[in-house]
Amino acid sequence: MAPPFNVASELLHNMNKQISVLCPKALCVIGRICTTSSRWHSQQHSRLKSAPQQLVGVVGLEIHAQINSNTKLFSGSPVNFSAPPNSLVSFFDGSLPGTLPVLNRRCVEAAVMTGLALNCTINRKSFFDRKHYFYADLPKIASPLLDSFSTVDTHSGTAGYQITQHRQPIAVEGILTYSLLGGKKMSQVIRKSVHIKQIQLEQDSGKSLHDDTHSQTLIDLNRAGVGLMELVMEPDMSCGEEAAAAVRELQLILQALGTCQGNMSEGQLRVDANVSVHRPGEPFGVRTEVKNINSIRYVARAIDYEIQRQISVLQRGGMVQNETRAYDSKSGETMPMRDKEGLQDYRFMPEPNLPPLIVYEDDASLPTGIDACQAVVVQKIREELPELPSVKRDRLVQTYGILPEHSFTLVNEEGLVEYFEAVMKATKKEPRKVIGWVTNELLGQLKQQDMSVSQSPISPPALAELLDLQEAGHISSSAAKQVFQEMWRSSSKTALQIIQEQDLGLVSDTAQLHSICQKVVDSHPDEVQAIKNGNKKVLNKLMGMVQKETKGRADPVLVRTILQEKTS
Amino acid sequence: VDLKGSHRQPLSMLGLTIREVSVALREGRISPTELCRRCLNRVKKTRHLNAYITVTEELALKQAQEAETRLLQGTPKGPLDGIPFAVKDNFCTENIKTTCASRMLRDYIPPYSATVVQKLMDQGAILIGKTNMDEFAMGAGSTDGAFGPVRNPWSHAAPYREQTGAEPDSDWVITGGSSGGSAAAVASLTSYLALGSDTGGSTRNPGALCGVVALKPTYGLLSRHGLIPLVNSMDVPGIMTRSVGDAAIVLGILQGRDTKDSTTIPAPSSPTELPEVFDVKNICIGIPKEYHAPGLSEETLAEWRRVADMFERAGARVEQVSLPHTQYSIVCYHVLCHAEVASNMARFDGLEYGHRSEVNSSTEAMYASTRHEGFNDVVRGRILSGNYFLLKQNYQHYFVKAQKVRRLIADDFRRVFSSGVDVLLTPTTLTDAACYSDFKQEDNRTRSAQEDVFTQPVNMAGLPAVSVPIALSRRGLPIGLQLIGCTAEDRKLLSVAQWIEQCVEFPAISNYGDFTESRDDAVTMEWEQTSAV
Repeated sequence: MAPPFNVASELLHNMNKQISVLCPKALCVIGRICTTSSRWHSQQHSRLKSAPQQLVGVVGLEIHAQINSNTKLFSGSPVNFSAPPNSLVSFFDGSLPGTLPVLNRRCVEAAVMTGLALNCTINRKSFFDRKHYFYADLPKIASPLLDSFSTVDTHSGTAGYQITQHRQPIAVEGILTYSLLGGKKMSQVIRKSVHIKQIQLEQDSGKSLHDDTHSQTLIDLNRAGVGLMELVMEPDMSCGEEAAAAVRELQLILQALGTCQGNMSEGQLRVDANVSVHRPGEPFGVRTEVKNINSIRYVARAIDYEIQRQISVLQRGGMVQNETRAYDSKSGETMPMRDKEGLQDYRFMPEPNLPPLIVYEDDASLPTGIDACQAVVVQKIREELPELPSVKRDRLVQTYGILPEHSFTLVNEEGLVEYFEAVMKATKKEPRKVIGWVTNELLGQLKQQDMSVSQSPISPPALAELLDLQEAGHISSSAAKQVFQEMWRSSSKTALQIIQEQDLGLVSDTAQLHSICQKVVDSHPDEVQAIKNGNKKVLNKLMGMVQKETKGRADPVLVRTILQEKTS
Repeated sequence: VDLKGSHRQPLSMLGLTIREVSVALREGRISPTELCRRCLNRVKKTRHLNAYITVTEELALKQAQEAETRLLQGTPKGPLDGIPFAVKDNFCTENIKTTCASRMLRDYIPPYSATVVQKLMDQGAILIGKTNMDEFAMGAGSTDGAFGPVRNPWSHAAPYREQTGAEPDSDWVITGGSSGGSAAAVASLTSYLALGSDTGGSTRNPGALCGVVALKPTYGLLSRHGLIPLVNSMDVPGIMTRSVGDAAIVLGILQGRDTKDSTTIPAPSSPTELPEVFDVKNICIGIPKEYHAPGLSEETLAEWRRVADMFERAGARVEQVSLPHTQYSIVCYHVLCHAEVASNMARFDGLEYGHRSEVNSSTEAMYASTRHEGFNDVVRGRILSGNYFLLKQNYQHYFVKAQKVRRLIADDFRRVFSSGVDVLLTPTTLTDAACYSDFKQEDNRTRSAQEDVFTQPVNMAGLPAVSVPIALSRRGLPIGLQLIGCTAEDRKLLSVAQWIEQCVEFPAISNYGDFTESRDDAVTMEWEQTSAV
């Protein structure tokens, strides 16, 4: 038998030779190995000889959704976005030596539920991997996009690596169906879909705060280790509007599931867009990654800007660089970012401290000795799936006969469907009429005052009462709007109280109406003559004048009868 | 035969086993505080060994006082109440420095204790100190730490001095490593038990060279929470004691699932207490032919044969078996080890804890010089090659290949055990302990490859193994043999080990008098000076 150590030393010797060829300075600056030596500068260029007119965008998305859980992915630290800096940092989150990750079951369940909602295949066995990187932190270079204090991601929990799912993620091969409103009046629903490549569980990073004036970096590890679902969407989209609609649909799904709160401005949902342009039928062009997009609106704007930018670069005979760009919402432009230049080698490695993540199809497939309460069982989660937004919209259209665009409006606003349905339960008014009140009056007021549905001072039964009063002919539609405004201002009063207090009820006193009508007829002889000559439309003008006199409270049916009498 | 030399008063108590001293404590023949004081005194007397990085005198005396109260009240916590122990300095100890023998963590004080340390404390065991090692457990000699090398206590005992005529101060021998401080602590009678860590043999190797029992339990049986990792997928806390029975007692206390370590497994339901009499008649001992490795000393080979014959004479079945992939183990071990090291060491950037360089021209420059200053050449070398193995272009070629071979090595063992073999009997090391001056002729990597050759395949397969002291070599130094068991059959392994222990009657170091007495303070002073360099 050959001495085994000879084989070892030969191998190691050869390896070291190769290392010194690759990075001759590596031996003397070994500390840099994790930071600089892996950033090979290899810029990919693409050049198009002629700049064709029909270049179109190709858009794929990488979305990081913070999991809505009480504690972090691998530690017992609470998750709370408004806590003082570094107050939610366990020994593990701080990467203290000797600490080990312990997987949070709630996060796994959230990922499985999200995977099911997106029609993914749930991998019965998935793995965790380490992804190595130091955040290339250069505090001396001030970013043009950011003020003196700027928040930038740092490497996860300072361990030097992030635990993620590289080899085998928890969920794969899903599909997200979303809809766009198109057509002349934006009332046509266009259904589209985008493939979900995978959903992987991973740790969120901490935050570092660069104080450029004092050239120092402050680190907050509260966010380090919070559970993330990274959703990778295939480049199935072609413009900003499609991407925005897909993100919006995803956001609604996540919120319906409760697996992510989905607030983009708070970073609970983070969208990075991979954008390239090509002529249909040809291979994709060189892509850029656009980051720093923190609202749905900006998703559309950033992507459309980037598509246009790439097209004009190519049309000028230039080439698109494979780079990371940041979107600046103030200028509406994307700009090259200073980090992640060139190629990163993440040196992926299996996470040795976590056994494979196993999920079970149903209770029957649980092996003996496994506690059903501790296991993640797909069937149980499937049963808990709530009604998804698309299903909800279809149901609303079918049940109430409302227009599809109204179903979007209802579903888009948190709590509005429930509000609408509560009103419908309490009122006799037709759904098509109720929907106008909910999506115009109510939503208009809420938006104007930046309030959520749950904050509405008018409850569904209160609105139902108002609508019923109108329906029963107690008030006119214009008076009803006045009552609504008054109810908004003083929510303690009922519609009936307001109608009585302000005397907004319909005037149905025949004698009173006769006298008002007579006055109008007497003062408009020309119009009366026109009617008598057969131009019946002029009657409406007279009716309007009567309503003006009564501040809209006159019973229109009665007024019409009286006026017809007086002008015949 | 009373091997403990009870007529030699100064060491009579200190030379006992846990089982024996536990009885002495309960019977009131000695108090925990007196026992603790004697151990602390002995630590002082043996400072030239450099076995300890930190001695926790104040805490130890306080703990001893508490144990004394419990014992007086007749409510001891268990068999370890009042028993002094030592812990390798890569186990976190709350509010006690934990250095990994590295400049990087020279002043690092962890805010929590490793699960295994906490379990011993909860049993009332008394922490004497943190033991010396190779930096971040990377080495096989305990010669490559930031606090200087550890000396083998047998260097100073009569047999070695008489046999070789060696000058203890120039010709002292190494302890082996990387848990050399823990082995020296148990062998030099300053602690009744010590925790080591075993990634490729780091507990068994110094155990063999220092003449103590060294158990590497089944992977996952003991929690790694709080053990600063070398190779997460192979690391196991190791147990060093003076008898196999003691190792079983400690194993019983430490084993079992820990919610803080997801790789732990439940403790087997069988009791850990070993049977007084164990019949080896129905046992099958496997002798792996691949362990007849080049460089195996004649003496070690002879002891291996002798013990195999003993088994045969006692009626055990002794069979030659083959573990054909053994020869590839060490090279794969190094690839996997270096890759995990590169990853595990990434967290030491000087930001939150540990050494931070004065360089502050940029964050990157600070990282770089922090790591350059904080790690020794061995650690930096492994980080470098480990990162190389993990590069995208190399990953399949090195890391994945090594993992595949690792599977083959584990399969070798599985096949042998499923063919009816109960335990494997092998040497622990190629030879007895080398002189420090000879050992340093070769670099750390070469030495690790040589020294771990018999021990690391066990870590690749996650199996339990124990090194048992067998005899003294012609140089008067201990020779150990290794027993390898089937996964989770640590108890059976120890039962066989205890049978060997009873047959071989390895001489206690205390039989040869107090080997510290001949030494004068000048030597100790000399060491203090060198350690300050």
